[in-house]
Amino acid sequence: MESQIKAGQQADISVGIARDVFRNVRRAEADGRPILTQRARPFEDAARIFLILCAMLSIFTTIGILLVLGNESLLLFINEGLSLIEFLTGTEWRPQSGSFGILPLLSATIKTSVIAMLVATPLGLGAAIYLGEYAPQRLRAALKPILELLAGIPTVVYGYFAISFMTPLLRGLLNSPSFFNPNGTEILQFYNNVSPGIIMGIMIFPTIVSMSEDALSAVPRALREASYGLGATKFETIIRVILPAALSGIAAAIIVGLSRAVGETMIVALASGAGPNYDWNPFVFAETMTAHIARISSGDLSYGSVDYESLFSIGLTLFFLTLGLNILSRWITNKFREVYQ
Amino acid sequence: MSAVEVPNTQPIDGRLLAGAEFTRQLAARQRRGRLWARFFSLSTVVAVVALITLLLSIINDAFGFVISTYRVDPTTLAPDGNLELLSNEELAALLPERRLGAYLRDNLSVVPPTEFPSVPLGQALPGAILPPGVAEKTFAETTVEERRSILANNLNVDLLASLVELDVVSEDVRETYTLIESLFERDRIEREYEEKFGGASATDTVKYFRSWLSLDFITAPQASSPEVAGIRTAILGTVWIMAITVVFSFIVGVGAAIYLEEYATGNNPLERFIETNIRNLAGVPSIIYGLLGLAVFVRVLEGITQGRTILSASLTMGLLVLPVIIINAQEALRAVPSSLREASFGLGATRWQTILRTVLPSAMPGILTGTILAMSRAIGETAPLIVIGASTTIFVDPSSVVSKFTALPIQIYDWTRRPQDDFRSIAAAGILVLLVLLIGLNATAIILRQRIRRSLQS
Amino acid sequence: MSATNSGSAYSFELKDMNVYYSDKLAVDSVTLSIQARKITAFIGPSGCGKSTVLRALNRMNDLIPGAKVTGDVRFMGRNLYDPNVDPVEVRRRIGMVFQKPNPFPKSIYDNVAYGPRLLGIRQKSTLDDIVENSLKSAFLWDEVKGDLKKSGLALSGGQQQRLCIARTIAVEPEVILMDEPCSALDPIATQAIEDLMLELVKKYTIVIVTHNMGQAQRVSDFTAFYSIRKAAEADGIERRWGLLVEYAPTEQLFSRPTSEETERYIRGEFG
Ligand SMILES: Nc1ncnc2c1ncn2[C@@H]1O[C@H](COP(=O)(O)OP(=O)(O)OP(=O)(O)O)[C@@H](O)[C@H]1O
Ligand SMILES: [Mg+2]
Repeated sequence: MESQIKAGQQADISVGIARDVFRNVRRAEADGRPILTQRARPFEDAARIFLILCAMLSIFTTIGILLVLGNESLLLFINEGLSLIEFLTGTEWRPQSGSFGILPLLSATIKTSVIAMLVATPLGLGAAIYLGEYAPQRLRAALKPILELLAGIPTVVYGYFAISFMTPLLRGLLNSPSFFNPNGTEILQFYNNVSPGIIMGIMIFPTIVSMSEDALSAVPRALREASYGLGATKFETIIRVILPAALSGIAAAIIVGLSRAVGETMIVALASGAGPNYDWNPFVFAETMTAHIARISSGDLSYGSVDYESLFSIGLTLFFLTLGLNILSRWITNKFREVYQ
Repeated sequence: MSAVEVPNTQPIDGRLLAGAEFTRQLAARQRRGRLWARFFSLSTVVAVVALITLLLSIINDAFGFVISTYRVDPTTLAPDGNLELLSNEELAALLPERRLGAYLRDNLSVVPPTEFPSVPLGQALPGAILPPGVAEKTFAETTVEERRSILANNLNVDLLASLVELDVVSEDVRETYTLIESLFERDRIEREYEEKFGGASATDTVKYFRSWLSLDFITAPQASSPEVAGIRTAILGTVWIMAITVVFSFIVGVGAAIYLEEYATGNNPLERFIETNIRNLAGVPSIIYGLLGLAVFVRVLEGITQGRTILSASLTMGLLVLPVIIINAQEALRAVPSSLREASFGLGATRWQTILRTVLPSAMPGILTGTILAMSRAIGETAPLIVIGASTTIFVDPSSVVSKFTALPIQIYDWTRRPQDDFRSIAAAGILVLLVLLIGLNATAIILRQRIRRSLQS
Repeated sequence: MSATNSGSAYSFELKDMNVYYSDKLAVDSVTLSIQARKITAFIGPSGCGKSTVLRALNRMNDLIPGAKVTGDVRFMGRNLYDPNVDPVEVRRRIGMVFQKPNPFPKSIYDNVAYGPRLLGIRQKSTLDDIVENSLKSAFLWDEVKGDLKKSGLALSGGQQQRLCIARTIAVEPEVILMDEPCSALDPIATQAIEDLMLELVKKYTIVIVTHNMGQAQRVSDFTAFYSIRKAAEADGIERRWGLLVEYAPTEQLFSRPTSEETERYIRGEFG
């Protein structure tokens, strides 16, 4: 039944082609030119140009991003007489009073991302190894869609989870009187970098699992058999042969995960705090680069104001940071791809 | 499970472990392996537990007992307190007199709010059904009855009911309990109800089990109070944005993929640059697209997009999902066997005819799957919408591409960041709506993918 | 005649061994005994189960989901498939060289030191010693001694195969199983491996799968000939399985085969 329909479709397509072809031939005859002469096909050319434009749009997007971010940042630097050194090493971010040190925002981004990676890397790698090497076929087939589901959940939902579940949980654990905290002082503030960091780790986890698992399963069977044949246990085979052979893929996965953590907005916008705070202590509030952009831009923002331009300078920093990470990840993948061929 | 000793021939060199010593060492190695295997499986368990906790914590917040106070008991207004049973006129008659002007101004007037009192109503409310003679009067000159009649004739029954709910009944949720509390701590809830609010004997308070996710919630318009706020406005905003996004990104994305797969020769530096560039764009954080949209669509192209509108949001989202769509479409095109193309060329078709008649139809299911997946990513994207200026104080449904807008994830974000419990609860209800939409989209994609697989097999 | 101690002349004794791949019979009822310190060759048409039998000898089939071995498989008198037997130990004692050379993407040194390191040897001088001896035993030392840090993948196919043999020797197994070790090699490299086998057999029991009649005749002491049986099942699908047809000293099998099928195969008249 299904194949009949398919055959029908094919027939339709063939009829369509035949009609086109006849039209081509008739046109050639009507033109009265000798056969096989190259002729202009304006429609073909127009289609081609349209397609090229579509492909070029991606380049325009990149140029647009660079122009927009670069232009507004440049305006900020010129108008405010700001130097790059000041921008990169300043420890205060208060655009209204002319302080544009990115460090408070950058340090919060680094804190949350590092915490996220500390959660996501061991768990992600562990789960990838379990799924790829240990899990029975059926369990694996059941778990993979769950991971995909986890990866498809919008980050604003993770943000909700951070602020309504993880933060209260952690505060309950850390702030209530205990052996480590006999007086029950407030160690963990309501807005902090730990809770969003952990939740970002869970958010990145599926990315790391699926990319690492791809890398693990790309390791040829022959290498595993060689190791087993020499009397290695399963764990030794994994640690000494499979992981090293898949290392580039795993490294790429971790870097991609890191880049997503750096660029993630909603979780930190909800749970990291409503203001820059230069403090490497992850238990206190501190706004990340993305959270700051989100908060400032959701207020009343007038074009060309200092606030407006300063957002783009943060955006530019963020853009280069993530671009660098993405390029690094692809470089690693390409560089070590042919290692066992 | 220690290895039983196998009789050993003499070791060849004798330097390696043999016999019992080897057996012992091997047992230790196996133990270490088992320990790590436990860690590996634990990691997986953690992920599954995290997912389940996440879903449960949302469900936990979306349902549960509430204790509310009313200014007016709804059962005195309508049978069973069900306001929807009343007619437009009955509802309009219930509305408080001093708010009538505000209702007209906020829901019907097209002139700036400050001018509303001084402009004749025929001009301020064009297209509205007005009682005879009212069109020439300014608002101040109208009678209360005329005002009620304008509202009854021009606002739909849902909106009127929600206004009565908001300003007359004026339910105020004083305490909310989670689902778990509601199930397992009924005694405590009952006690608190007694102690703080006087319990069942009090006339202005009720305790009832509230499902924050309800038909009312889905169909009611956005409002500033969580008791009556619905998500219709946000859903419509999301639908408008997605509709334009998909048209724009599908055409451009598939076009780009066709160029890269069917026309490009593969060794031209520009083409290679485009390919690399697309992959880089896929890794750019979404908030940066928001900044791009803010500067280009909202600011520079304000003449076309009217600023912070659905159109600006859609174009921004379109650029955001473009790389995903292109990459997926390229894959689908690459899967079309080249024999099909050759057959078409062999019949004398031109390249464009070949693409249109042969290549695209075969690749379409794959392209559609990729597009749906891209949409399911876009539907939950919040950051770019915040940056280009979605507004959380929009109470009217979007009506055109240049309407100001709110969207599902924006509303969730806004509700989540409020400290009050009742906002938390509607945020949870909003998340459930969003997740159901997402599951629907993904299920479509999976079914489509299976269809393709089956048709490839036959 | 059963061997229960190390003095036995037999390394392996198989009785009615069947191998299944996910409930599909692959090899039917193999019974044979393999002599210690001798080279035994497995020959037969493609798909008759030579590799399957070979892999059953060091429990390599355990790694294939759904593979199952039944019957009696004894190694030096002990049932290899006893639940108490640790397959890791089995493989340490019974090494394997594969059809396609499969060095690890590591240096030559690390390839050879892989097994000894698993066995807990950390001392550099001991490892150096083992690596050198193993490479010498595999006749590879002279070619690589200048650069042991070079990747094992940078060697030629024949060198890679000898590296794999050296790697196997380094864990001091008692048996070396070789699955068509020369099929990817040119005649000169093949010659080198054959010479190596004749050298190794002084210390090890060797079982080799080969498609090359000449090779079997040149190197092996005993030869087992396997063949395929087919049967159409009720559902119309053809089932195929392998079985052992004839097993004899090599010289005898090639000059006076008892089975007509063997004779046709060694004369090259087989499919
Ligand atoms: N991993 C496996 N899963 C399922 N069936 C298998 C597997 N490996 C081998 N078989 C089947 O078992 C039978 C014997 O295969 P085997 O590899 O042992 O043959 P062989 O004699 O070594 O052939 P060749 O000379 O081509 O290497 C074949 O029918 C094969 O299809
Ligand atoms: Mg074989």
